[in-house]
Amino acid sequence: MPTLEIRDLHVAVGDKEILRGVDLTVRSGETHAIMGPNGSGKSTLAYALAGHPKYTITSGTVLLDGEDLLEMKVDERARAGLFLAMQYPVEVPGVSVSNFLRSAITAVRGEAPKLREFAKDLKAGMDALSIDPAFAQRNTNEGFSGGEKKRHEILQLELLKPKIAILDETDSGLDVDALRVVSEGINRFRGLDASGADTGSGVDTGVLLITHYTRILRYVKPDFVHVFAAGRIVEEGGPELAEKLENEGYEAYTKASA
Amino acid sequence: MGLETKPLSTLHERSSYNVADFDVPTGREEEWRFTPLSRLKGLHNGTAAASGTVDVTVDAAPEVTVETVGRDDVRIGKAYVPADRISAQAYASFEKATVITVPREAVASRPSVITLRGSGDGAAYGHIVVKVEAMAEAVVVLDHGGSAVYADNVEFVIGDGATLKVVSLQDWDDDAVHVSHHHAQLAKDATFRSFVVTLGGDVVRLSPSVSYTAPGGDADLTGLYFVDAGQHLEHRLLVEHTVPNCRSNVTYKGALQGEDAHAVWIGDVIIRAEAEGTDTYELNRNLILTDGARADSVPNLEILTGEVAGAGHASASGRLDDEQVFYLQARGIPFDEARRLVIHGFFAQLLEKIEVEEIRERVLAAVEAELAR
Repeated sequence: MPTLEIRDLHVAVGDKEILRGVDLTVRSGETHAIMGPNGSGKSTLAYALAGHPKYTITSGTVLLDGEDLLEMKVDERARAGLFLAMQYPVEVPGVSVSNFLRSAITAVRGEAPKLREFAKDLKAGMDALSIDPAFAQRNTNEGFSGGEKKRHEILQLELLKPKIAILDETDSGLDVDALRVVSEGINRFRGLDASGADTGSGVDTGVLLITHYTRILRYVKPDFVHVFAAGRIVEEGGPELAEKLENEGYEAYTKASA
Repeated sequence: MGLETKPLSTLHERSSYNVADFDVPTGREEEWRFTPLSRLKGLHNGTAAASGTVDVTVDAAPEVTVETVGRDDVRIGKAYVPADRISAQAYASFEKATVITVPREAVASRPSVITLRGSGDGAAYGHIVVKVEAMAEAVVVLDHGGSAVYADNVEFVIGDGATLKVVSLQDWDDDAVHVSHHHAQLAKDATFRSFVVTLGGDVVRLSPSVSYTAPGGDADLTGLYFVDAGQHLEHRLLVEHTVPNCRSNVTYKGALQGEDAHAVWIGDVIIRAEAEGTDTYELNRNLILTDGARADSVPNLEILTGEVAGAGHASASGRLDDEQVFYLQARGIPFDEARRLVIHGFFAQLLEKIEVEEIRERVLAAVEAELAR
């Protein structure tokens, strides 16, 4: 059973401490929402876990299935089962979506997918996310709209089937239709069908959903909600906590931490 | 013919068939300041005796005629007058020239491949003329290899409405020195496509230039180079717009890796007062993969008319983009593979321009081999 365990994590950018002691455990089958105001360190947590070189871990531990995640290189973390859907996916000129995805699947599975199987999976994945098939031949993220980039991130999520998925503001910049399509993709990954019933296929996956707004939580129902402020978790609860934030905003937390 | 001066422009103001019209370069001149003269084995100062050989063989399309001619052939030197000392030296020193003719309205059914192979010691000088007559079409490949100290001039003469596509591959042995001028002269509505690939050699200095004799000419010059430790690979482009309504586009991209890998790119475009309606763009990008490598990139755009359709240039040299590598690694792709993908991507749009499948495959394989070093 995959588990991501974050203990007393401190992260700095240069000399500035951004995360100040984060404790969080994500078990498979669970969906955790991290909510908080801008600048509270939510994205820092996401990128630090993925291993972005800009972020320095100053103390703390992170274990994925008992293995020390922080000792691993960026690509090793991904192959160990961690996935980060990025808020700002990077353009890679000259590398087609198809080539990129095939390289990623090959790396994660340890062997190249059969061409026919890959083509079939890719087409099914793109259909499910209402992505134009022509995208397969376009350069990765180059000239994609914000919504297209987010769909492309969720396409990767569904194809790579990680153990733990961190979704960093996947809902930002999406209109209602795109939000629904993307949320359905996340729910498929969680093993839920369109009606929200558990299909059993998501039993080995955990989700860490980072968002500023509650609207995505109407589609992707969290089991736990954590409120982030000033680099640490300041309140935890169930889905009802999201309702409270919807009504009252973050003011109480930003004041308290200031 | 004596010294010609074109005082309207500060770029490339001299040309002559006579070596004595050019002083021996010292390295302080603008046109020589990037070039390591001490590694030219005397090509620049008259001490490189023509004691070596570079064999020229041509595998031509059936529609194309190939001749080996003497210095007195009237077709030589018609399109191009040497613009620097080594070019004049080559012009004064070659013994046999190769003349390739694509007859009027002929369409070559396959690429004509000119193979140039150096075989060791001694300098050699050469001259090639490729003449594509009116309305004809051809693809020509220049394939340079082996060990050589070689200076040459190549003239591409493209007739009214004709199309010439040239791939020039410089993949010399590690000790080779090659200094070359490639000049394309475009007649009315002529089309010229040049694809230069420079990979091997100690010093390669290639100067592609373009001129137009009538309106409607369209030149597209693409270059790809991969510079390894100790290599000096220099490309000096000159497009001279002297007649109205012609187009030029220059795109050169290079990657550098290793100690003292040195790339030089000079992109000169002159739009003279009479060249109204010119449309031109030039771009150079360098990807510096390791410390110790250096790229000099100098675009010069000289516009002497106010009536241009478009004119621009861009130059950028930088490191591998960390964010791109991170993105690929975050999807499980190991660093080396991520780096390879990004570099491939950097060159991909250029490689697509090579329309000859077998050449594209060969260039791709050569880039792969460079990445594996």
